[in-house]
Amino acid sequence: MTYVPLAILAAIVVWFVAAYNKLVRLRNQVKNAWHQIDVQLKRRYDLIPNLVEVVKDYMSYEQETLTKVVEARAAAVAAKGPAAQAKAENVLTESLKSLFAVVENYPDLKANQNVATLQEELTGTENKISFARQFFNDSVMTYNNTIQAIPSNIIASLFNFTQESYFQAEEADRAVPKADLR
Amino acid sequence: MTVPGRACPKCGAGNPAAAEHCYLCQEPLGGAQAPDGVQALAGSVGTTPGAAPAAALRTAPMLLFTDAIRHNIRLSALLFGLLLALFLLLGAVIGEAYGDLGRGLGLAAVLYAILAGTAYFSGSSIVLSLHDAKEADPGRHRQLLNVVEEMRIAAGLPAPRVYVMPSDGMNAFAAGRNPREAGIAVTQGLLDRLDREELQGVVAHELAHIKGRDTLYYICAAVLVGAIALLADMFLRGTWFGYGRRARPSGVSREGGGRGNAAYVVLGIALALLAPLAAKILQMSISRQREYHADAAAAGFTRNPLGLASALEKIAAGGSRVPGENRGTQHLFIVNPLKEFRADASALMSTHPPTELRIRRLRAMAGFAEL
Repeated sequence: MTYVPLAILAAIVVWFVAAYNKLVRLRNQVKNAWHQIDVQLKRRYDLIPNLVEVVKDYMSYEQETLTKVVEARAAAVAAKGPAAQAKAENVLTESLKSLFAVVENYPDLKANQNVATLQEELTGTENKISFARQFFNDSVMTYNNTIQAIPSNIIASLFNFTQESYFQAEEADRAVPKADLR
Repeated sequence: MTVPGRACPKCGAGNPAAAEHCYLCQEPLGGAQAPDGVQALAGSVGTTPGAAPAAALRTAPMLLFTDAIRHNIRLSALLFGLLLALFLLLGAVIGEAYGDLGRGLGLAAVLYAILAGTAYFSGSSIVLSLHDAKEADPGRHRQLLNVVEEMRIAAGLPAPRVYVMPSDGMNAFAAGRNPREAGIAVTQGLLDRLDREELQGVVAHELAHIKGRDTLYYICAAVLVGAIALLADMFLRGTWFGYGRRARPSGVSREGGGRGNAAYVVLGIALALLAPLAAKILQMSISRQREYHADAAAAGFTRNPLGLASALEKIAAGGSRVPGENRGTQHLFIVNPLKEFRADASALMSTHPPTELRIRRLRAMAGFAEL
């Protein structure tokens, strides 16, 4: 019978360690998910010069659109701080969308294999960015749920696990433009 | 039939052309004015469907994919628990029939360990070679590789290996016991005939199998079924504890090895006859639950249940046969390659739910139902 309190104590310790480790794992997942967004953004910066290179010969009359893309990319790369960056990224997304809307008007260009490949790459990259954001938000939700739910909230408050905030689109960006990359 | 899509002007989500509201944000589509929130849904269900020209779908109360996922996880865990309980019960009753509960359970455990070990280590590479799968080529299968990368980001998984099967049939499967050594394979026919969104849905479904460790789930269930069959067989043939050397009726006497209880012998025989069948039925319902779960989780990854729904529709119409298919691997595919599933195929013994039902559930996740 003397083993009963010991067994209960052991069970509590095991639960304690497991719950603490889970919180650590979830917090790191949130951080990692945040950096994965940056990885995808970086990938997009690298792709854009190739794209511009391919389309510029065909689009002599559309220099303005191309210049906008190049400028938006430069601005996004140079942007400092999350808010400024989010803004610059959105300008870049817009400019790419208008570029593809213009490509639609050039049958030669649409038929070009390189352009088709790059279009697929850009669609892919745009999707990867939004799925990375989605996964970030999903991770934040799981983490916040664990922090707030009984009984893991006890450990969370003991060891200062604080809630993370979600990635949010700016109010102005909610008006999604009609141009379709597909 | 593919649903002709229409982007919501507010949130950009794809909606069927006939939709009156965006399934995501409830924004009214096409300038039609409508009340907001639940009112909007209730109102649009009530309006005459004939008003929209090509209305194949109507809005319906939405099935949240998170709820669907939770429901399916709970059900498959419950079914698995039942299967395990059946196995232990059989072991215990057989042990009791020989007068020793511990030995029955011990034998059951040893049997399970041996079978599970064999199944676990004779891994997934066999499956891939069976179906002639070749590693995807970065040049030719760019879109597939991009879609897999997108979906693995959404699922938060490490990058799986990607294979293409040369078959014209439309199908796909996932293999691998854990996410780190996972692979997914799709047929060339699938790549040729699905658009990007549909492919995304299929890939998300396969990644959901990987994230849910369904291969492991399936191995454990199959091994339990095998162990139950073996245990029942051993008992019916009386091949252990030297029991077989005695005539069965006198085996229940208190002398020698057979110190058992007559009531337990009868119970054991009944159980040994019924358990293998019950186990098989349980195993198949686990398999179907895991399919529903993967569909719901795929909707969670893509946030676009209609993509997978339309892919399933095309697969059902276009044929899902793959060369090298066999009963040993049928459960792995997105749509069973051996059977055509119609609404009446909800038999107890099938690995997949009827495709029509899966499509209906996916549509419900987008807030639609057939008219």
